Amino acid sequence: MSKVDALFETCLRLGDTALVMGQRLAEWSSKAPTVELDIALSNHALDMIGQAQLFLGYAGRVEGKGRDEEALAYHRQDFEFRNAMIAELPKGDFAFTVVRQFLFASFAEAFYERMLASTDADLAAIAGKAEKEMAYHMRHCGEWVVRLGDGTEESHQRAQAALDELWPYVHELFTTDDVDQAMIEKGILPDASTLKEEWLAHVKAVMARATLSLPEDDWMPSGGRTGQHTEHLAYLLAEMQVLPRTYPDAKW
Amino acid sequence: MVHEAGSSDEMRERFDAWVAAENKVEPQDWMPEGYRKTLVRQISQHAHSEIIGMQPEGNWITRAPSLRRKAILLAKVQDEAGHGLYLYSAAETLNVSRDQMEADLMSGKAKYSSIFNYPTLTWADVGAIGWLVDGAAIVNQIPLCRCSYGPYARAMIRVCKEESFHQRQGFELMMALSQGTAEQKAMAQDALNRWWWPAVQMFGPPDNDSPHSAQNMAWKIKRFSNDDLRQKFIDMTVKQAQALDLEIPDPDLKYNEETGHWEIGEIDWDEFWAVVKGHGPASRQRMANKRNAHADGAWVREAAVAFAQKERARAQKAAA
Amino acid sequence: MSDIATDNGGWPLFEVFIRSKQGLSHVHAGSLHAADAKMAIENARDVYTRRNEGTSIWVVPSEAISASAPEDKGALFDPADSKIYRHPTFYTVPDDVECL
Repeated sequence: MSKVDALFETCLRLGDTALVMGQRLAEWSSKAPTVELDIALSNHALDMIGQAQLFLGYAGRVEGKGRDEEALAYHRQDFEFRNAMIAELPKGDFAFTVVRQFLFASFAEAFYERMLASTDADLAAIAGKAEKEMAYHMRHCGEWVVRLGDGTEESHQRAQAALDELWPYVHELFTTDDVDQAMIEKGILPDASTLKEEWLAHVKAVMARATLSLPEDDWMPSGGRTGQHTEHLAYLLAEMQVLPRTYPDAKW
Repeated sequence: MVHEAGSSDEMRERFDAWVAAENKVEPQDWMPEGYRKTLVRQISQHAHSEIIGMQPEGNWITRAPSLRRKAILLAKVQDEAGHGLYLYSAAETLNVSRDQMEADLMSGKAKYSSIFNYPTLTWADVGAIGWLVDGAAIVNQIPLCRCSYGPYARAMIRVCKEESFHQRQGFELMMALSQGTAEQKAMAQDALNRWWWPAVQMFGPPDNDSPHSAQNMAWKIKRFSNDDLRQKFIDMTVKQAQALDLEIPDPDLKYNEETGHWEIGEIDWDEFWAVVKGHGPASRQRMANKRNAHADGAWVREAAVAFAQKERARAQKAAA
Repeated sequence: MSDIATDNGGWPLFEVFIRSKQGLSHVHAGSLHAADAKMAIENARDVYTRRNEGTSIWVVPSEAISASAPEDKGALFDPADSKIYRHPTFYTVPDDVECL
């Protein structure tokens, strides 16, 4: 794989994860537990979609075949998507959404903080914006994880169930393959595998405040980053892409 | 301001004079019960409209045809939630709780703008709502920035400032469709056909059929009559439709050279009243969505209260 | 006000004050409901500063605010009307003396 191919692939992985996370968050509009939370979840969705635009826009420029972020978002099929699978799991209840956003943002914040020093100026610039947003999501969703975990019996059970269901999918975030290695060697990408210890310490501290127990490491599915997804992604894309696919010549 | 002194007739007279002189009324001031009740009804109805109004457009967020449009739409629907909150806070200064207002909405006791009881069947409906519904809302709302009740006027200033982008994005969206493929243009025309009359009806019944109008004008809760505002909207929108190369679905529409105004055909008020009574095509769906979201979120709201109580108890224990 | 303050499913009402720019005072922006102060700040950020309106947020439980009564306006504020010596224009100085 050439450097250009690896960089393109990397941008898709970052951009697709942000896009799919954003699409799931956006499903909350008009459905959140309070109007205040409706606004907060929409803000999170907007941050993720904004990051997706930047990463996919850059992916298109790296590829050099005239595809922009819209073409990449709307005219690729599920097996061409490179998002981590944790992003595509259905939105679930409010506990599932905030636990997922907390687990992901805690990873992404650490990752983008390292990416500020990327030898690739474009990625470093995107990291500058994304890091701040992830820091806020981590804090906001972390506070909600604590409230739910240490709230009522029902909220505790729901938060624990969400954590148990999500836990297997966190490991994929820390995996690295040949594409990542090529980028890490050139100083373009931080090494995600080295972030796990720090991430785990942070997650443990928040879960302790939330009185939630950390699940055992057991099943560790992965494959989203190479296009092997769960059954959920194709449905998400069918909905998201319906207009550009129905009217391929139209501009919106 | 009007102090609580003298007979109620005297207070009422002083109040009317105070308001007539374009002074503001603030939450702690004395006010006639009718004034308070009218405001609670109007402000909460306005807040409910913002909240229920999130649904028709929100219906297309996950299917917006570009990332750019998705972000715009999310931000717009989010603004509506924010505007609902500004207005609920303004109403709360009149001694009505948000719980009560929300309960009244969900029980069907409180009303909201009927237009949100129409379905959004195509993407063009998102454009039509921004262009027509927000266009009509702005015509309605700008005068309310000078409403006599301070908290309402201040909330409206904030709302109007933020809403200026809503109508523009709707117009821009319609423009993209009308200048796009034949299918897109047909989609835009179809949306205009379905949203035009409900938008015209948004200004409420004609003046001679609007019993509270005179008192509300005197109290400066309402600054222009329904028909005057409607005319302003029509004049503005007919020109915009021409710029979009779309046709207003009214065979009787004609320009009156003498008055300088566009005149429209007969408005179907039977349809309007049917929708107000809850018989709009999407009325039940909108209410069901609101009730479900509220019921589904109960455990979250309770958890936050339980946690806050635990935290307070822990803080007290630590201090002791 | 206290019955409202504990309303909304037990989420009390908070008043929100926003500093729009460095060097300016916090100004009242509106109110909102939250279960605790931390949540009130986060809600205020989302509700009142979606367009970069703020550099700092204060939230205060509404029930903690004491307000002057409207009927006291005369007693509280009219006396200041007669203390014109607090304003620089009260003093006559020669035109040709600078830096005064």
